[in-house]
Amino acid sequence: MIRDITLGQFYPGNSWIHRLDARIKIIWTFVYIISLFLIQSFWGYIPVLVTLGLIIGVSGVPLKFILKGLKPIFLIIVFTFTVNMFMTKGTPLIEIGFLTITEEGLYNAAFMGTRLVLLIIGSSLLTLVTKPINLTDGIEKLLSPWQKLGLPAHELAMMMTIALRFIPTLLEETDKIMKAQMARGADFESGNILNRAKSLIPLLVPLFISAFRIAQDLAMAMEARCYRGGSHRTRMNGMKLKKKDGAAVILMLLYLAVVISQAQGLFGRFI
Amino acid sequence: MQIEVKNLTHIYSEGMPYETVALTDISFEIDKGEFVGIIGHTGSGKSTLIQHLNGLIKPKSGSILIDGVDITGKDVKMRDIRRQIGLVFQYPEYQLFEETVHKDVAFGPLNLGLTQEEADNRVVEAIRLVGLSYDEIADRSPFELSGGQKRRVAIAGVIAMKPQILILDEPTAGLDPKAHGDILQMIERIHEVQQNSIILVSHNMGDIAKLADKVLVMDRGKLALTGTPAEVFRQSDLLESLGLGLPPATFMMRVLESKGIQVSTDILTIEGAEEELYRILTRGKN
Repeated sequence: MIRDITLGQFYPGNSWIHRLDARIKIIWTFVYIISLFLIQSFWGYIPVLVTLGLIIGVSGVPLKFILKGLKPIFLIIVFTFTVNMFMTKGTPLIEIGFLTITEEGLYNAAFMGTRLVLLIIGSSLLTLVTKPINLTDGIEKLLSPWQKLGLPAHELAMMMTIALRFIPTLLEETDKIMKAQMARGADFESGNILNRAKSLIPLLVPLFISAFRIAQDLAMAMEARCYRGGSHRTRMNGMKLKKKDGAAVILMLLYLAVVISQAQGLFGRFI
Repeated sequence: MQIEVKNLTHIYSEGMPYETVALTDISFEIDKGEFVGIIGHTGSGKSTLIQHLNGLIKPKSGSILIDGVDITGKDVKMRDIRRQIGLVFQYPEYQLFEETVHKDVAFGPLNLGLTQEEADNRVVEAIRLVGLSYDEIADRSPFELSGGQKRRVAIAGVIAMKPQILILDEPTAGLDPKAHGDILQMIERIHEVQQNSIILVSHNMGDIAKLADKVLVMDRGKLALTGTPAEVFRQSDLLESLGLGLPPATFMMRVLESKGIQVSTDILTIEGAEEELYRILTRGKN
């Protein structure tokens, strides 16, 4: 049950996209996110959809798997859609009491909703096709220029690595404790909100104790191996950019050019 | 019979890239009051199997009948299953959460819908049964107890529910030899007092040989072998190929036999070995 969460999960594979340098993928994702905010009309989504479709196709991650990741944020999407629908002023379409749905509102709602969905799919794709360890290595490398200004890049990356590393461990721990308490007759599923919150105590207390124990053990193990963060640490597998990374950068620039020129209305005369 | 498992199959994360078949076509029966041992290599599906027995995991296919009622059915109340079948997980001390030992042990009975008074009585009984002093321990926080004591309190939390079938998943893992012996004695005592069926999952062949009436051997999600301890431990080659060993006493007898000494190799316990050796050593003298 609890193991089925897909957001932020890695989908094992060996596609062209999986093998790209993590740094390139992170930059790509940033460019993608920014590009979504440059788009002004529905036409602008066409290059985005085509690109996203291509990436998903090449990566070999099943679409069903990606859409599953949307489930937890479904409420946010619905909320955005509703607020936009009712709160935009313009030509009234339907009036229900004091609420008015305007033509502009409907358009805005659909537009924002699409943006949100694309935003989430795009960014979840990054973690789906990049091993967590490569991801944090990439972040560290990308942040390292700022190290001279006092930014603790290595420590930040290490913290992220550890946090990511312990997501499955803590999920497993939760699953185990939940089952143990269910075997003692605990009920996590029925009752009103207050009762349900109360029923979480037998789960949360042991979980916190476990988390602290795990953290302490890890700290001790790192200490025992003389871990000192930051300077003078080298890597066994250094990150080297390859030809395909260059190709990915060129594709990224092409994509950006298409989106910007569309936003500037340069294609206006063709459509 | 009390438990009847028929053609049980389970697959983890079906349809996902991590899909693994955990159990394939498992069938066995357990009679009322029987003491059953389950052995198998790490990852052979023992834990998955026992979680099926009290409805924590639903099987992909197959059925589990408890006193003739199929617990995989939709209209079965989970509370009724949990009343009948108690499950003690590995390292059960990690499930303790209450402020006092008394409250923690009372958690299960109260969840079954017993009154506070009934629950209190059961707590006193259960704590005594696991070999702890109720007066000394009841009002202390479970977190300030020693490892062995914590585990007893956690087990008391399950036996206070008075299950007719008690399942224990490696109850002695990570304990020192003395605590190990104490826990085993405690299990025997619970079996005697509550007259329940016990299913014990263990890596310790000696314990299984000593306690069990029947042994289930698991291998890669399949039931490799079933029988009495004597029948199972006779198959030493098969057990070895599954990464399992023999009880120490049986192993010693086999070594003696291979050295040309004529001993019975059906010995399972230290006491049995002692008798057999005494017989061999005094044979010539009488």
